[in-house]
Amino acid sequence: MSIYDEWDLVVGCEVHCQLATNTKIFSSAPTAFGAEPNTQVNEVDLGLPGVLPVLNGKGVGFAVAAGLALDCEINQTSIFARKNYFYPDLPKGYQISQHETPICGEGHLDVTLEDGSTKRVGITRIHMEEDAGKSTHAGANSLVDLNRAGVPLIEIVSEPDMSHPDEVVAYLKELRAIVVYLGVCDGNMEEGSFRCDANVSVKRKGATELGTRCELKNINSFKFIKDAINYEMRRQIELIESGQKVIQQTRLFNPDRGVTFAMRDKEESHDYRYFPEPDLPPMVVSDARLAEIKESMPELPAAKRARYQSEFDLSAYDAGVLSDHRPIAEFFEGAVAECPDDPKQVANWVINELLKEASADDIASDEFKVKPAQFGELVKLISTDVISGKIAKKVLPKMLETGDGAEEIVEREGLKQVTDTGAIEQFVDEVIAANPGQVQEYRDGKESLFGFFMGQVMKASRGKANPGMVQQMLRSKLKG
Amino acid sequence: MAISKEEVLHIAKLSRLKLSESEVDALAHNLSDILQYVEKLNELDVSGVEPMTHAVPTQMRLREDVVEQRLTRDDLMKNAPASQDGMFKVPKVVSD
Repeated sequence: MSIYDEWDLVVGCEVHCQLATNTKIFSSAPTAFGAEPNTQVNEVDLGLPGVLPVLNGKGVGFAVAAGLALDCEINQTSIFARKNYFYPDLPKGYQISQHETPICGEGHLDVTLEDGSTKRVGITRIHMEEDAGKSTHAGANSLVDLNRAGVPLIEIVSEPDMSHPDEVVAYLKELRAIVVYLGVCDGNMEEGSFRCDANVSVKRKGATELGTRCELKNINSFKFIKDAINYEMRRQIELIESGQKVIQQTRLFNPDRGVTFAMRDKEESHDYRYFPEPDLPPMVVSDARLAEIKESMPELPAAKRARYQSEFDLSAYDAGVLSDHRPIAEFFEGAVAECPDDPKQVANWVINELLKEASADDIASDEFKVKPAQFGELVKLISTDVISGKIAKKVLPKMLETGDGAEEIVEREGLKQVTDTGAIEQFVDEVIAANPGQVQEYRDGKESLFGFFMGQVMKASRGKANPGMVQQMLRSKLKG
Repeated sequence: MAISKEEVLHIAKLSRLKLSESEVDALAHNLSDILQYVEKLNELDVSGVEPMTHAVPTQMRLREDVVEQRLTRDDLMKNAPASQDGMFKVPKVVSD
């Protein structure tokens, strides 16, 4: 019996994406990851008296693009607000965020689950805000690094629409793929560019009233998210079943022990006293700017998956592999453009051969030597019988190494498939003459020897003879 | 609307202010008076009026995404009462 027979799980997510800008949200200090502490900070990030924030225009474009991808209502006028609390990694004593009028309102994301069904997850809002600095605690003191202070973030808030950890993971994976596709966020979970907080509660099966929720904070891998939610679900059920109450609190996940634990409150009250940020007038996204961003939206992974299946007749799995990462999808599409008659073969070769040798990052790199058109050319050579698949497997590593074109390599190394009847006949005759014993056995009925003859002929031709033609000729000659 | 002493203490705590007993009493009175005065605005009918967030009707100016590095870490630390390993050193902020 499953736990889900008696209980409903209810999960909503808050995802913080670090925007892939060069500079901070309100200052021109750099945002590169891993710099020496306090080397990427300027007066605005320090909260020095008299400084004024100036919003990063590129960040605004990113936030709008994310909103469009999630079918959100775009608020062309949005307001920044101060969220007030004291903590040493927040030098101003407030975080500039958006409260009542965020840049994006309601939207939704359709997520494909493993069983092929679709789950629609509502998006409540997306708002822009600045990140805080980082404190480390050592002995009697805490040490503060403000490199992260002012790094631009969007927070994507979902409705509590998810009812299984697998749905949460599928939602987060799709969301991450989208922001990476858009170039809005690098999606790096380990470096904290894509962080998830999950609001988790349980209720008796079918109950309408939601249970008290706990917020699981800053979980940095898909596996940990699943583990943390599973643990938290069972913890809350045990509390309720033993007659206790779930207390609303923020909890952290310890991956080594597989448990969640209550976080020590850094602020005794969540009384943030929001008010409109007086230093920033309302932000207006003009019709022209909005149209420009709409125009520049790439085809998103879900659309590509659907198109690859309908247009190229690929399986859902293959379409997924090819569309999950933008560099791979673009490579595949570039190769298909060169070999438009056989997209299925291109797909097979990308998935089975190219991705064995190279990752999405390799393919995206300027140093990657094989261009999509060259790869398409290689597949075209196979599908037009110029070379066999076996030979192609020898050509690809050479392309990867030298950057030379497939045709060029085939020409230079004399790898063209032999389709000349005379030449093939010569190979076949040689093999028959050299193996009189086996020929007799075959003619006496040992048909399994056919593979042996095929092998011998292919070997004699150094793999270049057209296998179909060899097969035909062998059959007729062996008949005697 | 009257502000209680407890509310004054709560606001003081959020603002990290230390108040004496007599200050708390005085502030409770003052804040109540201010709120009462402002409550007069409730008499106005503002239905259909957009909430105003800024006094001056102006739009946000945006910045190009170009890095400009003006301060070194040494500059940063000049005002810091204490530092260690290039970081600001502050009293421990989480209790054990």
